[in-house]
Amino acid sequence: MIHLALPVLLAAALAGAGVYGVLARRNAVLVLIGVELVLNAATLLLVTFDAAYRDALHGGQVLTLFVITVAAAEVGVALAVVLLLFRRRGDVDVRAARDLAERVDAP
Amino acid sequence: MSTRDVLFALLGLLAASAGVLAVVSRQVVHAALWLVTALGALAGCYLVLGAEVVALVQVLVYVGAIVVLVLFALMLTRAPIGRSGDLDAPWQQRVAAALAAVATTGLLGAVLVAAVGGREVDVDAGRSASQPLASSLFGSWVLPFELLSLLLLAALVAALVLSRDPAVVPYPAIPDPSADPDPTPDRAAAVPDGDRR
Repeated sequence: MIHLALPVLLAAALAGAGVYGVLARRNAVLVLIGVELVLNAATLLLVTFDAAYRDALHGGQVLTLFVITVAAAEVGVALAVVLLLFRRRGDVDVRAARDLAERVDAP
Repeated sequence: MSTRDVLFALLGLLAASAGVLAVVSRQVVHAALWLVTALGALAGCYLVLGAEVVALVQVLVYVGAIVVLVLFALMLTRAPIGRSGDLDAPWQQRVAAALAAVATTGLLGAVLVAAVGGREVDVDAGRSASQPLASSLFGSWVLPFELLSLLLLAALVAALVLSRDPAVVPYPAIPDPSADPDPTPDRAAAVPDGDRR
């Protein structure tokens, strides 16, 4: 027997921490850490409601496995982009990459 | 307060504090290691909720692969060792971020606790063992599962293409569509740049 308020409050706390990480950090890799925390809050909610409602399809747990897989794919590509940024600019500051837009010379 | 409640409360406290420390820490590698702690505590939370396979996959994939990738990226981008002042945005932005974070937590917490907060559920760990979960995953959910393997392939190819060093593996030359497909020697070789529009 478990009170549902506990997992739900933990998920809310992790989501808040993740949002702070995404908004307040300058290093691109630390922003990704914030994104991972938000994803984990979502998976915790999925597992909690699977335990609570026990559907026949095991939807919550299967979707959690899918979210973990998608998160792995996303982190791989995102870090490849971060490394490319570092190779071109020498730092991974998210604010300094403002001039990434392609220059279009006027005809 | 049952045993599961107490266990979940302890693990949840660990996960939440590790998560907060991961986003406020001034040392980059410490932030990544606090993320490891948070994800490990979350795997423990999944165990308390009865989801054993999910807890195992969380440790294997999240802690074992994703955080290792994050650490690699930190090493390859010459992350500063020790305390660094440039990891955080200026204080005004941090205050706004803290407000957004508190608002997110408050909104999610209020809505979810209002919806399901009073309930107390029995945890049936038998339904989350490998056999029932595998029957469901490879039975009802097999098509999204196969699509996910395609997604992983796409991500792999994308990461490879993005991290190629053009000095070592040059990008293939894009053929000029206006060039003569069958050039003969007496034709003029190149059009001057100024005339090419």
